[in-house]
Amino acid sequence: MFEIFGIPSAALFGQLLIGLINGSFYALLSLGLAVIFGMLNIINFSHGAQYMMGAFTAYLILQYSGLGYWPALIIAPIIVGFTGIIVERVFLQRLYKLDHLYGLLLTFGLALIFEGVARNYFGSAGLPYTVPESLRGGQNLGFMFLPNYRAWVIAASLVICIGTWFVIERTRLGAYLRAATENPTLVRAFGINVPRMITLTYGFGVALAAFAGVMAAPIYNVSPQMGSELIIVVFAVVVIGGMGSILGAIVTGFGLGVIEGLTKVFFPEASNTVIFVIMAIVLLVRPAGLFGRRA
Amino acid sequence: MRKTLGLAALAAVLACGPANAQQVNVKIGVLSDMSSLYADIGGPGSVAAAKMAIADFTKDNPNVKVEMIVGDHQNKPDIGSQIANQWYDVDKVDMIIDVPNSGVALAVSQVANQKNKVFIVSGAAASDLTGPKCNANTIHWTYDTWMLANGTGTAIVKTGGGTWFFLTSDYAFGHALERDTIAAVERAGGKVLGKVRHPLNTNDFSSFLLQAQSSKAKVIGLANAGGDTINSIKQAAEFGIVKGGQSLAGLLVFASDVAALGLPTAQGLVLTETWYWDMNDTNRAWTKRWQQERQGKWPTMIHAGVYAGVLHYLKTAVALKGNVGDGKAVVAQMKSMPTDDPLFGKGAIRPDGRKIHPAYLLEVKKPEESKHPGDFYKIRATIPADEAFRPLKEGSCPLVSG
Amino acid sequence: MEHVVNPLVKKPSMLRSQSETIGFVIMTAAFVIAPFLTYPLFLMQAMCFALFACAFNLLIGYVGLLSFGHALYFGWASYLSAYSAKTWGFSPELAILTGTATAAVCGLVAGSLAIRRQGIYFAMITLALAQMMFFFALQAKFTGGEDGIQAVPRGALFGLIDLRNEMAMYAVVLIIFLGGFTFIYRIIHSPFGEVLKAIRENEARAISLGYKTDRYKLVAFVLSATLAGLAGATKAIVLQLASLTDVNWPMSGEVVLMTLVGGLGTIFGPVVGAFAILVMQFKLAPIGEWVLVIQGAIFVTCVLLFRRGVIGEIANRLHIRL
Repeated sequence: MFEIFGIPSAALFGQLLIGLINGSFYALLSLGLAVIFGMLNIINFSHGAQYMMGAFTAYLILQYSGLGYWPALIIAPIIVGFTGIIVERVFLQRLYKLDHLYGLLLTFGLALIFEGVARNYFGSAGLPYTVPESLRGGQNLGFMFLPNYRAWVIAASLVICIGTWFVIERTRLGAYLRAATENPTLVRAFGINVPRMITLTYGFGVALAAFAGVMAAPIYNVSPQMGSELIIVVFAVVVIGGMGSILGAIVTGFGLGVIEGLTKVFFPEASNTVIFVIMAIVLLVRPAGLFGRRA
Repeated sequence: MRKTLGLAALAAVLACGPANAQQVNVKIGVLSDMSSLYADIGGPGSVAAAKMAIADFTKDNPNVKVEMIVGDHQNKPDIGSQIANQWYDVDKVDMIIDVPNSGVALAVSQVANQKNKVFIVSGAAASDLTGPKCNANTIHWTYDTWMLANGTGTAIVKTGGGTWFFLTSDYAFGHALERDTIAAVERAGGKVLGKVRHPLNTNDFSSFLLQAQSSKAKVIGLANAGGDTINSIKQAAEFGIVKGGQSLAGLLVFASDVAALGLPTAQGLVLTETWYWDMNDTNRAWTKRWQQERQGKWPTMIHAGVYAGVLHYLKTAVALKGNVGDGKAVVAQMKSMPTDDPLFGKGAIRPDGRKIHPAYLLEVKKPEESKHPGDFYKIRATIPADEAFRPLKEGSCPLVSG
Repeated sequence: MEHVVNPLVKKPSMLRSQSETIGFVIMTAAFVIAPFLTYPLFLMQAMCFALFACAFNLLIGYVGLLSFGHALYFGWASYLSAYSAKTWGFSPELAILTGTATAAVCGLVAGSLAIRRQGIYFAMITLALAQMMFFFALQAKFTGGEDGIQAVPRGALFGLIDLRNEMAMYAVVLIIFLGGFTFIYRIIHSPFGEVLKAIRENEARAISLGYKTDRYKLVAFVLSATLAGLAGATKAIVLQLASLTDVNWPMSGEVVLMTLVGGLGTIFGPVVGAFAILVMQFKLAPIGEWVLVIQGAIFVTCVLLFRRGVIGEIANRLHIRL
């Protein structure tokens, strides 16, 4: 047993692992934002609200159909993703010709509506949701007790993140997507329905947020404000990573989760400001972000 | 025959009518958080409770006419202060009640003092309201931070939880709660093994919980509130902390929070409240009526406090024959009359504005022990009224020393 | 940004400046009469928010920079103003000055970071920085956490005029508001303001014309932050309290909403917007549960249908500038 800065190494490894869990959520959410930004060129301010909707949908599925965590993990993102498609069709597509800031303002308004409706119908205290039976308990790793659910969160978000990265960077569909971002007219000339691709991309990004929401439901408070508190941190993560690459979003998400976890050991009072401080430093050194391309 | 009876009754009413049934008009403002964080512990539930109090009182006292208005301070002290000013000045409100959120309550208390009106706090927790910032126009009804800290701290040590570790929300409120609880724990002979400060609105408590776990303390005190408390309890269940033999003590937990957690997650949590709906038949009957307006919800002690506060105020208004213009005189009268209501029983209001009643140390039941919906707690200890709240001398309220 | 082509460009500029002057006279007259008709405290608070929105509008409307973190300057100014008046015993004018100066410093630091990126990034950076400062405010001892700073004395202006008198306070707020408003008006119509508008229209061209646009943007940012601070500092004295509400992110959203409703890039828009939103907040109290939803719906409606805002729409219909 050795110590680093007076903290036993066991505790340190434990915190590193825990940091990865936090990072899983940052990575999933910033990935969704990056995917949407790539295609639509808007910052989806309602991302946090859609993350919240994922968790609420999981709760409602349990209440009204008795289906538990595993079906909800599939169904909730589909339902919420579908609402995303409606949002894109009804609202967002009217804004593509305007300044991107209008997209930000519109999605901010939508976030308020979603949060407000959730508060009216479910109150603000929150809703109960428990860890699924099959993932209760945990493993004693020697240096720490790792709940099974946490291990699952890390694994699942890694799979989703890498899968998304693979689809976008390594497949034909992804190639179309990337091409449409660069030059929509040209891609349309190849006979590809670009507007539909945009709609589906938005739906997918929203579904990612909802997926993160369902993953969060058993361990975080399922309340209407759960998303708006998280989304600002995720914005900082996005600024640090830069929106240039999908991989960048994933790596920054996990990386900052770990850094935040370490701060909780060494200097807990600063653990929710540390990401913002890093953001300021990155802006001074590399204004475009760690993985960003200079606009 | 019937006619003569009727006439006799009429005569009786006429005879004693003018003597004790003078027309009394009062206007009450329920100022609460209707839409955001505290809407479940106060909010629409407080409005329902106030309505019930008015209905119950005017049924027995038809000569009293009560008007009620409702406001939403949205948890913003400036909006709260603005509404209070306007209510007292323009809308001629005589008394404001509830006001969850200490910041707003302190602001409204100041306005009530400036305008010489009445303010009864039910929703806010700050013990400063009857401490350094007390005034002659404010009464603090239901609970406060000192009482929560002391009740939970002392009672748990007495029932065998001698060693403590604190998870504290890193701002003034958390620090105060932690300080008061530590004092109570040490006074009762317990020991504090450690503490960790976490920022407000923390999502992930696992690193703090791991520290708490390795401290081997018997009790983990949660000096935080709202979403932070819920997150820490949820994740403590995940890390098997209660199963591992440690117990959690929530220093500010309401029935609505327990409902939000669900019994499987919250079981074993220990907390203090001054009122619990399922404690006796009177409370249960009251809750049944309350639920006609708030379906599917459970009343908190704050709602009960609003009901009791309105009742006592109306009794005072009658005792003063409707002269409720002078707020300080009304509050003085409220303090001089012993309180007696169906929910809190007999009690009193101290010179510093603190309402005194017993408090209860409660433990959240296991799911299999819970017999019916809302059957949340078993009562572990009763803290008598004279021990539940901060001793009058220690509050440094200027009204007492001066 | 979508911009209105002004149909009067070819007509004499007399008429254009006249419509603004007439607007200014009407507004001033309304504010002088108003306290006799309605509740002065409400009006004072509304004027503070109107000035706040005007300051915000300086950035979005005339430089095209959307700051999502203006609560930082408003809130920290109100903290310092309240603290200096209460704990250090500053007179109100000094307290307001202290608050305003705090906002200026915050604006300088945050601005020099934020202007490194444009558009959406700028919005996210300002939001993140403001959130960071919210956490500082929450943890700092002097802010009183959730309780805020209460019972701030209004004091006597220059040691002479007792501001506990509601009308005296009203007059002071009115002067501050009109002063700030006129100052913004002068900025917009100065050569400096013209450069700002050039940056908004096409930054690359402004750079190629030899303007150091970053420096212009930073100055505009600091000015906007300072005026937002002036509004916050004044509000702390008026309402005698400073609280977390004013530094938290929903406040940043609210000022965006006010400006959007009134009309981005119009002189009077933010004033009208601020009043409209505040009246809504107070009048909708009986249906309090829906405030958030209604605010969101207004956002969506404005973005989709009324991008010019109330004043922008009127100005456009009447072919004048307001």
